[in-house]
Amino acid sequence: MTRTKAFYGKGLPNVNLESLTGLLIAVEGADGSGRSTHINLLRDWLERRGYPTANVGLKRSSLVSRELEEAMQGNILGTRTLSLFYATDFADQLENRILPALRAGFIVLADRYIYTLMARAIVRGMEPDWIQEVYSIALIPDAVFYIAVSPEILLERNLRKHAVLDYWESGMDMDRSQNMYGSFIQYQKKIQKQFKQMQKVYGFQTVNGNRPPRGIQKELQAKIESILANGKMFPVTEKTIQVQPSDHIFDLKNG
Amino acid sequence: MSMGDRVPGKLIAVEGLDGSGKSTQIYLLKRWLELEGYKIFFTEWNSSAIVKRATSKGKKRQLLTPTTFSLIHCTDFADRYERQILPLLHAGYIVLADRYVYTAFARDGVRGCDHEWVRKLYSYARPPDITFFFNVPLKVAQTRILDGRTRLKYHEAGMDMGYSADPSESFRIFQGKIYQEYRRLADEYNFVRIDATEPPDVQQIKVREIVETIIDLPRYRWRETPYPLLKQ
Repeated sequence: MTRTKAFYGKGLPNVNLESLTGLLIAVEGADGSGRSTHINLLRDWLERRGYPTANVGLKRSSLVSRELEEAMQGNILGTRTLSLFYATDFADQLENRILPALRAGFIVLADRYIYTLMARAIVRGMEPDWIQEVYSIALIPDAVFYIAVSPEILLERNLRKHAVLDYWESGMDMDRSQNMYGSFIQYQKKIQKQFKQMQKVYGFQTVNGNRPPRGIQKELQAKIESILANGKMFPVTEKTIQVQPSDHIFDLKNG
Repeated sequence: MSMGDRVPGKLIAVEGLDGSGKSTQIYLLKRWLELEGYKIFFTEWNSSAIVKRATSKGKKRQLLTPTTFSLIHCTDFADRYERQILPLLHAGYIVLADRYVYTAFARDGVRGCDHEWVRKLYSYARPPDITFFFNVPLKVAQTRILDGRTRLKYHEAGMDMGYSADPSESFRIFQGKIYQEYRRLADEYNFVRIDATEPPDVQQIKVREIVETIIDLPRYRWRETPYPLLKQ
């Protein structure tokens, strides 16, 4: 069904990459980008056609998700600690959920992957080459879709849905003196800038999310269809695989 | 980043096998420094209140793999580093660390994590001003631990590595491998070796001499003495 998988860096010990016969598809995008909605639709679409799927996302590990949630509620951890806590959560899910599902030939739909985590860490001042090295344990997905939505539309959707903006998605931890409205826009712009930088290196596909869901879903399905059809994975290019952790690929000066 | 910053404080770490006596030695060093009226802070491996709960849960339920084991310890260290070690070094303290990044280098390396990856994980941590390595023959350390204990903890004995179904045997093999790693690290990072087969008081005299030679102690005295009652 697929070509042999690879890790971004040296990867995890004791993993037979040949045995990973499933597909790993990651969907990235801010809260309000429609990410989860599209993942649910993709799941229905794939399962109707008989493909087994598995869902993974951030903060869902049995190892640290609860402790991570508590620490975030109190906002008591430093940036590096929080980054590493997230990395632990990710590694746990990679080893205990993603890899076993891929071994069983499932299509794994990842509701966010390492890119969100890297972008968040970098805008908060972590060194790009450090965070890249932390996540060099990650498996290269067969496809990564980034649903890009303008900060203004994101703001509108989030307010309409919750009538309140999320503390972290507004970057309020970075400067509590800010008003939340302005902070949200600024923070989302910074994150998007990081995604733009990362796109060049990690070769993911940007999907225009500033439009009704129908068109977006159709585009996603068509792209996944082509992966399923020719059994060849999307543009996980040779270039992507040879990412050198030491390359300073991100723009350190944001905003 | 922070590593390049000059800080007025000093960092002293101790490393060694379980049973090498390093915790006793750093405790005695701490007592001496605090009774002499120096600004000191003591920190222990795997002790961040927030992270520790996740770690012990992971260990208890055996949820940890070499990679998550490594990451969760690095998270614990980062929490102590960001909130205490680094700020206190900036504030001109002498920070005493019972185990430092080298413990991770040794253990994670033995567990099969990529050496370079682990070193990079901890690249934000400043190297100590002095790292004492309490050197005992493997046999001695093992006897000290195995004789005093009826039970070994799962990870302490390296049971996750599948060396042996017998905890004592597994512990011996695991500690042997860690010892090899430590010897390499001792050369690479210029550890100050202390012969840990000597009596504890003899070791402590050497430790204090070295600390006094390398660190200009009077600079780290409290401006006001914290122990007025002890003052003669």
